[in-house]
Amino acid sequence: MNIVPLQTTAAAIGGGETATFYILGSIVVLAALGVVFSRRAVYSALMMAVVMIGLAVFYGINEAPFLMVVQIVVYTGAVLMLFLFVLMLVGVSSSDSLVETIRGHRLLTAVIALCFLVPLVSGLSSIVAGEPVGLSAGVAAAGGSIPWLASEIIYRYVIAFEATGALLITAVLGALVLAHAVRTKKKRTQKQMSMDRIRSGHPTPLPGPGTYARHNAIDMPALLPDGSVSELSINPVLAARNPEDQHGVPEDMRYSIGAIPESGGRPDAQASNGDEQREDESSWTR
Amino acid sequence: MDPMNYIVLAAIVFTIGAVGVLVRRNAIIVFMCVELMLNACNLAFVAFARMHGGIEGQVIAFFVMVVAAAEVVVGLAIIMQIFRTRRSASIDDANLLKN
Repeated sequence: MNIVPLQTTAAAIGGGETATFYILGSIVVLAALGVVFSRRAVYSALMMAVVMIGLAVFYGINEAPFLMVVQIVVYTGAVLMLFLFVLMLVGVSSSDSLVETIRGHRLLTAVIALCFLVPLVSGLSSIVAGEPVGLSAGVAAAGGSIPWLASEIIYRYVIAFEATGALLITAVLGALVLAHAVRTKKKRTQKQMSMDRIRSGHPTPLPGPGTYARHNAIDMPALLPDGSVSELSINPVLAARNPEDQHGVPEDMRYSIGAIPESGGRPDAQASNGDEQREDESSWTR
Repeated sequence: MDPMNYIVLAAIVFTIGAVGVLVRRNAIIVFMCVELMLNACNLAFVAFARMHGGIEGQVIAFFVMVVAAAEVVVGLAIIMQIFRTRRSASIDDANLLKN
């Protein structure tokens, strides 16, 4: 199959490509700075997506259509989604503390970056490469860009390609081994849970807050049919702060956080027979 | 425009990625900055392939992508494991090999 190349001579870089380079290049650099300097990890990941799509466009401009597609599918699609997935598992809200642990760390980093960047950029920009040779001649000879790339990978670099396959298998196995968590405690079965619940003396579900009260806020206790307060419905943290529940606490220690009672540990009958528990609803509102 | 501008852009993005690796302490962001450096190298490879009229640069960029994908899988699994045991994704906290 013979494909007539569009340009057989050296492909000159036109004005459109120059404009694309400067606009997209500045976007890519700004997004790369955003990856490094945004406080939240999720913003960094999204900035990374912008960088990767920008680089994919650059690959397309540089006559690498296959790499452009791979960049979008593999990097933006798979790798970045993996990053976001792990971010969600680790905790999205985890933002870095910006305290320096090593003194002068940032200053030294800036110095190193400048020492690296300034000579490199000044040196590189003094080189004039001239018009690029372009791939059109080779593409025409091989019958397309992707057949050319494929023949190079399958014939000349076949050892590296097979090593890549071994690497991928090893990576999959490694990820499986690392992500596997051994259960330290035996899993509680449904039978065991139901037996525990019957033995706890309170087989029915705990009453929700404010079941028979006028409000159903979390600090509103549920009222029993005789109008008394059901202590089982109270959040144990709130019950611990309630001065009425602090009989054994010394006077000067009251109104502070006392011992938190075990949730659901107290039978309901105890709560309804005492006079001091039969109190006004307004004392629970704070 | 000279095609060396692509190489200059790659150098700038590479440096930004290196700064991120040095400055940030969240392991996932450090990892993303490593990816940024790899991508900058890929851009340089692709630009060189076009400048010299050969496909080898694109082949190498392809291999870099494959290796980077494998690296991401294993690295993120390690980060998950560290987070599971230490409850932290900060690279300053992982000092079990110290002393």
